[in-house]
Amino acid sequence: MSHEQTVIGPQPVARLVHPRAIRWLHWINFPLLAVMMWSGLRIYWAEDVYALGIGDWQWFAFFPEVVYEKLDLNRHLARGMAFHFAFGWLFVINGVIYATYLAVTREWRHILPDRNCMGEAKRVVMHDLRLADDCPPQGRYNAAQRISYTTVLVMAAIIVVTGFAIYKPSQLYPLPLLFGGYQGARFIHFSMTIGLMLFFVVHVLQVARAGWSNFKAMVTGYEIEIPAGSAASDQLAGAGGSPPLVESGTEAEGAER
Amino acid sequence: MSEHDAMNDGAEANALTAREIELREQARSGPTIPIEEFRRRSRRSFFVGAAGLVAGGVAWRWVQTQPTDDGIPQVLRSALEKNEALWSTLSSSRAAPEYPASKATPIQVNGRIGIREAIDLEDWTLRVEGPDGDILDELTLADLQAMPQRDMVVEHKCIEGWSSIVRWGGVRFRDFHERYADQVGDVPYVGLETPDGEYYVGWDKESILHPQTMLVLRQGDDPLDQDHGAPLRLATPNKYGIKCLKRIGVIRYSNERPADYWAERSYDWYAAL
Repeated sequence: MSHEQTVIGPQPVARLVHPRAIRWLHWINFPLLAVMMWSGLRIYWAEDVYALGIGDWQWFAFFPEVVYEKLDLNRHLARGMAFHFAFGWLFVINGVIYATYLAVTREWRHILPDRNCMGEAKRVVMHDLRLADDCPPQGRYNAAQRISYTTVLVMAAIIVVTGFAIYKPSQLYPLPLLFGGYQGARFIHFSMTIGLMLFFVVHVLQVARAGWSNFKAMVTGYEIEIPAGSAASDQLAGAGGSPPLVESGTEAEGAER
Repeated sequence: MSEHDAMNDGAEANALTAREIELREQARSGPTIPIEEFRRRSRRSFFVGAAGLVAGGVAWRWVQTQPTDDGIPQVLRSALEKNEALWSTLSSSRAAPEYPASKATPIQVNGRIGIREAIDLEDWTLRVEGPDGDILDELTLADLQAMPQRDMVVEHKCIEGWSSIVRWGGVRFRDFHERYADQVGDVPYVGLETPDGEYYVGWDKESILHPQTMLVLRQGDDPLDQDHGAPLRLATPNKYGIKCLKRIGVIRYSNERPADYWAERSYDWYAAL
């Protein structure tokens, strides 16, 4: 590791952590997914049959009336479909570019969990819930992030494929059979939506927790780092596997980065 | 990665260290820039981000404030048309699956437009019109029952999201059409209407001549009841139920795209599955 010391002096530098393509695709995805969810819920409204519960006992029905009213979902099935089937293409194109970019640049290696991640993720969660002091070593992302980002990508792929299965069940037959038929595909499509919403909530909470410089990195691409060889980084190296120090100090550990 | 290999040669405890080094290298794989350059780029990134926000907002407003075409913004209407062009090019001949009769279930009654009052089935006739408005035929229930009969057990899909597997019995439209094929020639559209004219749908020729598009007389073993469109309705598993007109009074071959009740109310004219 001595070569790093010779290249970089003790001055802080900024390191690229989110390549430009990832930043653009991430931020374009956000409004597209929002439009897809909003128009999708307008479609769901017309046959809102899903609920959480056991047997005849319903604990939570999707959705309470107040949700429909607040989001203006009532009686907009036709407009919902029009928006969904137009913006859906943009969502798919953005996702395909993203997946291709990950594959071509091998950026996926930062996201895809390895065999250690499952065990480490538990410790990350304990740490983030303040139930443990130490935090497992991490690369660009910690183990919990790698698992959740990969899961979200898989869910996004499933939501697209089930979406096509219920959009064109005849033309794409036998695609719906993969999901237990037309109604099975509709249920999975809806479940993935709820899953992505839950991810969004945790994601935003973790970003808020991780602080401004972490958020800023998703806009600018760069994060401030004390280079190896400086006093601060030597201390860190002693702790073993800690992520590079960022501007905001303690926030470097564990949280959404 | 020879560095790693060298370390792995050591004690077992070094395996973790090797992973830590790998993770560290991953975290530090991006290029670095001096702080001054970072500040400059940050300003630019936030400026571009703000511009992107504004552009997104403007684009969203643009969609929302478009002149409407049958109830939805023009650009969305044209997207629906382009979707149909794409899908019909990709696979126009695909068919929905058919099921064993044992899978058939009763189907709920959803729409009553055009069939609110019961009619006397004895008095019912089906008028067939050519593209010039001339009456080609006036058929009775007995006439339709005398045509070649088929059964199909298919999944009827409502645009609301529910679906039912139904056993329909009747005359395939393509068989019905053979009687008039020579007279009407290559007409691109067919319109269908209830006797009172309240509910009307338009079909492209390719879809209505699909082998699974049926003029239905029976549901299961029984004649259709009035709520389901007696004495004659349309059914297909390849379009939403809004296209499957109940109580057909008029079938009209047409050179222009026929009016469609739900397309006029913001829905896709094709509503194809």
